[in-house]
Amino acid sequence: MKFGVIIFPGSNCDHDAYHVISKHVGQPVSFVWHKETDLSAYDAVILPGGFSYGDYLRAGALARFSPVMRSVKEFAARGGLVLGICNGFQILCEAGLLPGALMRNRDLHFRCEHVRVRVESVDTPFTNELSRGDLLSLPIAHAEGNYTCDDATLAEMQREDRIIFRYCDAAGDVTDESNPNGSRDSVAGVCNRARNVMGFAAISPRKCLSVAARASERSRPPLPNS
Amino acid sequence: MELITPEQVAAHNLTPQEYERIKSLMGREPTLVELGVFSVMWSEHCSYKSSRTHLKRLPTRNARVVVPPGENAGVVDVGDGWCAAFKVESHNHPSFIEPFQGAATGVGGILRDIFTMGARPVASMNSLRFGSLDHRKHGARNRSLVHGVVAGIAHYGNAFGVATVGGEVAFDDAYALNPLVNAFALGLVRRDQIFFGRASGVGNPVLYVGAKTGRDGIHGATMASAEFDEEALEKRPTVQVGDPFLEKLLLEACLEAMRSGAVAGIQDMGAAGLTSSSCEMAARAGTGVELDLTLVPQRETAMTAYEIMLSESQERMLIVAHKGQERQVVDIFKNWDLDAVVIGRVTDTSRVQLVCHEGTVADIPVGYLTDEAPLYERPMRAPKRRDAGEASEDKDVAVGGGIDIVSPAPPTAPVFDDDEQRTQTSDDGRRTTDNGLRDHADSLRLLLASPNVASKEWAYRQYDHMVRTNTAVLPGADAAVVRIKETRRALAMCLDGNGRYCAADPREGAKLVVAEAARNVVCVGARPLAVTNCLNFASPERPEVMWAFSEVIDGMAEACLAFDTPVISGNVSFYNETEGRGILPTPVIGMVGLIEEVSRIVQPGFKAEGDTVVLLGETRDDLSISEYAATVEGRTTDEMIARGRVPALSLELEKRVQEACLRLAAEGLLRSAHDCSDGGLAVAVAESCFSTLNRPSVGVDLALCSGTLPVATYLFAESPSRIVVSFDPEAGDRVHEIAEELNCPVTLLGTVGGERLAVKVNGAEEIDAGVNELEQVWRGSLSSRLRAEASAASSAD
Repeated sequence: MKFGVIIFPGSNCDHDAYHVISKHVGQPVSFVWHKETDLSAYDAVILPGGFSYGDYLRAGALARFSPVMRSVKEFAARGGLVLGICNGFQILCEAGLLPGALMRNRDLHFRCEHVRVRVESVDTPFTNELSRGDLLSLPIAHAEGNYTCDDATLAEMQREDRIIFRYCDAAGDVTDESNPNGSRDSVAGVCNRARNVMGFAAISPRKCLSVAARASERSRPPLPNS
Repeated sequence: MELITPEQVAAHNLTPQEYERIKSLMGREPTLVELGVFSVMWSEHCSYKSSRTHLKRLPTRNARVVVPPGENAGVVDVGDGWCAAFKVESHNHPSFIEPFQGAATGVGGILRDIFTMGARPVASMNSLRFGSLDHRKHGARNRSLVHGVVAGIAHYGNAFGVATVGGEVAFDDAYALNPLVNAFALGLVRRDQIFFGRASGVGNPVLYVGAKTGRDGIHGATMASAEFDEEALEKRPTVQVGDPFLEKLLLEACLEAMRSGAVAGIQDMGAAGLTSSSCEMAARAGTGVELDLTLVPQRETAMTAYEIMLSESQERMLIVAHKGQERQVVDIFKNWDLDAVVIGRVTDTSRVQLVCHEGTVADIPVGYLTDEAPLYERPMRAPKRRDAGEASEDKDVAVGGGIDIVSPAPPTAPVFDDDEQRTQTSDDGRRTTDNGLRDHADSLRLLLASPNVASKEWAYRQYDHMVRTNTAVLPGADAAVVRIKETRRALAMCLDGNGRYCAADPREGAKLVVAEAARNVVCVGARPLAVTNCLNFASPERPEVMWAFSEVIDGMAEACLAFDTPVISGNVSFYNETEGRGILPTPVIGMVGLIEEVSRIVQPGFKAEGDTVVLLGETRDDLSISEYAATVEGRTTDEMIARGRVPALSLELEKRVQEACLRLAAEGLLRSAHDCSDGGLAVAVAESCFSTLNRPSVGVDLALCSGTLPVATYLFAESPSRIVVSFDPEAGDRVHEIAEELNCPVTLLGTVGGERLAVKVNGAEEIDAGVNELEQVWRGSLSSRLRAEASAASSAD
């Protein structure tokens, strides 16, 4: 399975994604510069985290106009796997490949910390080796991770089992306190109707990348003595 | 050509004598552009004219040092073909004027210093000092400064994509109107791919790359070389606005250009912009440069040659390309949508020659700007020191290394009427206050809530401390650890300063700071490698300040020699004074250590019930200048400095303790290690109990013997050379064997377990508190003290 990691100007988790795919997942991977338009060589593309175009105006709002995004849309329409992480999720929402939008965090601060998320759906190519209800401890690092959408969209996603991850506490309960950024319905990840495009809500790429590649534990940096 | 008036000379912060020197060197009156160039190159900030004579006493070399001071950053070899480039630099003045952008551009500047060397920045840290958050007069402003500075650091570092892994945040009213913002960055580079800021190769083209030049920041370097007053706030337009996105593009483009082989030399345009970058590059290479300023990309119209040369617009670099390869550099930058323009060439004249519309506007031998820059042996005088018993009211007696403390004790603070009685009782150490705080558990709670001790999570949670997935020890530990991918190695790093110690005894204070920094990297299992320093002082024109500076250099030199940690880079920040009052002498040490095997990293915090807890080192009577004295006894900084005693540091003992800790770590025996510093033993143990990413909080049972020391002293003294370590009881014999072999004192403290911090001293129960309760105090203190202004400063994003 051949992965492409798209580099937008300002991407800064591009190397993380590349490293995880090549070293931990053990699959071929290449960088794709945002001015390129040919994705025919790839089975899956990753939109990594970072601050594309400085996140000026609004996170992801400028990156969606990059030449590569037209190709990403066609790639997704053909059934190719598309994973947006952190800033990549914001870009996918801005590009209309995923519903909803990501707003400034509830406390208006950038938040970098470990949070817990609960696996809500395993019916995607990204999560099909996990179990529903699994708890993952993942780092987040974002200023605009506060997911929002209208009532109808939320109801539709709930009905179609398209909410893939929710923030939760250590016991696995979804509470207001365990929601780090104010996301609606504690949403941490969603997919499109065809289930081949997933955004992992502003969670940094580290472990979730390997979730996508079904190797969730292996990518974790060693924390010896712990 | 205009005549230079004395007012213009003064406005350029040059003395009449310095101006005369310029005239006699040049053999004529300078042009206004030349005056501007001289003023920035001869400023304290660029020329180190007051400090150079002292700085040369610092050790700067050993076998590992690849690039000693003098370049944009120092470089040390860290093995497997890798080198680390690192440096710390101050951005104090801009951060006081405009905290958000001041701090942000401080981060931007230090990152450029690193990637100029060819190194990709992998970690940043910052050392921050503010006035107290609840200061009667300046509290609101101090809180707003904290918000602004932290948000600015987050803004720049996060978007740039460097992990901000640690540092320190400290509070003392000496910094109320002059906060310290010192930014550190570290990058990795292959040993054979280091670049230098040299304009080498006569005939080579000089390229301007990065952001366009505007009128922002003109005279930033001279501003940073002058004292402050409230009117300084009117200088806000001299603080630049940072663009981390552009810097990220600049980083990638520069590294790509370097890899292409087209780059002969490269230097960042930092303080004094195009002036210092072009002059310094020529000076280092022994060449000259010729620039056509009309070719400089500009974002404002009708800029004069003077403005172009003195602008401090951010995110710009000067590149000397190999002749014939300039096209390659331009194409790389074009791919990143950045300007890259040939604006001149390297000459063999050893002169800086500048041409603009009106013809030649400056023609100066490079040496006049660098080698011939003034060098001052400033007068020095040791301050008279008030002794403990002597209740002098003499106003001339200098307190704190000759520096007036910004904020005298607010009347509400506990103040003791009877000096004599207090001196006696403080010797007892137990009944030092009248406010009823005799319960050591209450003292511990007070200390844990003190902003100097409390968790700094509020700040570092706003920094992306994990980007690029190399962070192996997260913020909050004694030192941060960053892995070197593709190897088994990792680097530990920390920043440390202690203004109170250095004010009371600058020489011993500086030694203590270096020792603590070394100890901090040792606590995560790293061997100290090398040092960068940021020397924050008041006006060098005051003899007491200069004396303290000189003493600090000697103390630092002695300690750095002892630990074999040369000083490879750094920065001097003088004139940290506002309204005629100076800060405490505050040298900040950035220590970098090496871990050769990542699996031997020691993570903070007790690990398992039943583990044995011991103290490496010895506790002595070191309470008189301490967080306990400040927080529990309510002493002001100037009281502590005037009457307190800096702990006696034995470098020999310190080295034995550190060596023991390193040996234990290398053999994989340690479950945890934590430096005993602010708040003493009790705080160090409590912090080791608190929850970590990998486990909930855990209790500990301690049975201590205070010997001849009063209980409070034993629990809260800040004696140096101490580390609290824990290990599996089965490792106990080996631990004692190693300690004995290295002649390191060991004291059994107790056992990990339960949910309470239970401390018996000499058989009597002195502290028995739930760890969760203590942790809440510690974790929540800073955010609750800062909450009032939560939305005020973070609006800029």
